[in-house]
Amino acid sequence: MPVATPEERARYQALVHRLTPGRPVIRNTARAFVVGGLICELGQLIQALFVRYGGFKPTEAGNPTVAVLILLSAVFTALGVYDRFAQWAGAGSAVPVTGFSNTMTSAAMEHRSEGFVAGIGGNMFKVSGPVIVYGVVSAFFIALIRYIVEHL
Amino acid sequence: MARLGRSTWAFGEHQVAVKAVSTVAGPWESRGPLSDAFDVRLDDDRAGQDTWERAEQAMFRQACDIACDKAGIVASDVDLVIGADLNAQLTSFYIGLRQLARPMLGVYSACASLCEALAVASLAVATGFADVVLAGTSSHNSTAERQFRYPTEYGVQRPPTAQRTVTGAGAAIVTRGRGMWQITHATLGEITDFGVKSPWEMGAAMAPAACDTIRQHLADTGRSLDDYDLVMTGDLGRIGLDILRRLLVDEGVAPESVVRERVNDCGAIIYHPDQPEVFSGGSGAACSTLVTFGHVFREMERGGLRRVLVSATGALLSQVSAQQGETIPSISHAIAFERGD
Repeated sequence: MPVATPEERARYQALVHRLTPGRPVIRNTARAFVVGGLICELGQLIQALFVRYGGFKPTEAGNPTVAVLILLSAVFTALGVYDRFAQWAGAGSAVPVTGFSNTMTSAAMEHRSEGFVAGIGGNMFKVSGPVIVYGVVSAFFIALIRYIVEHL
Repeated sequence: MARLGRSTWAFGEHQVAVKAVSTVAGPWESRGPLSDAFDVRLDDDRAGQDTWERAEQAMFRQACDIACDKAGIVASDVDLVIGADLNAQLTSFYIGLRQLARPMLGVYSACASLCEALAVASLAVATGFADVVLAGTSSHNSTAERQFRYPTEYGVQRPPTAQRTVTGAGAAIVTRGRGMWQITHATLGEITDFGVKSPWEMGAAMAPAACDTIRQHLADTGRSLDDYDLVMTGDLGRIGLDILRRLLVDEGVAPESVVRERVNDCGAIIYHPDQPEVFSGGSGAACSTLVTFGHVFREMERGGLRRVLVSATGALLSQVSAQQGETIPSISHAIAFERGD
């Protein structure tokens, strides 16, 4: 029995599949839709406040809005609330700004005990690094394609 | 002392005994259904330390101190220390217990380590190479998250098959002769691999290992499941336990009614099913240790159980092996306990 043959594996996978409760996909999707939308609404509200009371132009209010969302997410991560919220909200909590802030804050907190340089500095992008790498790489190729299309 | 069948060591009647045990439980475990079975219930998962790692080391050390106290010995009476944890390079064991200044053997078979440590301890005692052996394990939810998964505060949604690594430590003093808890057999497991790849499905990865070792133990000793009042696996969780019970029935080890009645899992009972962030149940090197030394031994002492088989289960993955797409090989080692009177 120890290392299973492909047939044994297939039979076992079928058994596991039968006895394993599935992810609640519909519930997760509904929550992600609502929560993701509400976070964006919150961002919209903050942006409107910056325009009305902060003297920002609508086109310039985006940056301070993002900064506030980053701060909020970092604070809730530090308070130990964000991961529980994420378990409930799923992909809804992974919407770019707050989710990204959580990946960086949580990694920085996790590795604080290894020191400021090797710990926080060396690990802060551990979880969020791939997003930056592939964000930049895909932006480069999209820009390249656009450039070629426009100049041909 | 003899080898039985393919992979079972029989130590003989009244040869090897557990003289005393200790358990130190984390806050989540202390709020679980077995709460009153533990010697120490921490309400702070940092155990007064500044890092998770030091917290786990302190818990391990405390468990060893309590076990020695209960056995009425001091550290210098111990001939050999055998232990394990889930951190790379076994740092909880080696750093946490460095002040014991006794001969030390670190062992690793992930969450099956308790039974590996007890098997080696029994071997040392039975052969006479040691009279008093201290054996134990520790694990900590937050050090394990770092070792195997993500930062603790990272917001990732876990599936229902996920398990919570137990925070705790436990130790036993193993000596020659007669005692309340006799160690009669150790069955050493073989690797099983049924192709499970997801680190969120540890129960499914390990269930075949537990099934294989239990079956092998019964074959080697000529016993049946009915000969045991209880067979406990280590940390399959509720979902893994369902799978194991099905495997045991399908393999013809025992009929379904017997399997349901006799086979249970430490990870499935250490938490309330409705405790938050518990999902399928507990896991970790301390899971089987807390439940065996706390709950099972207490039930044996009270007389509700006379003969128990504990088959701790380990998923032999690392973060690197999981990311490289390796399947998860698993192992289970079993120890048979019997009341010594």
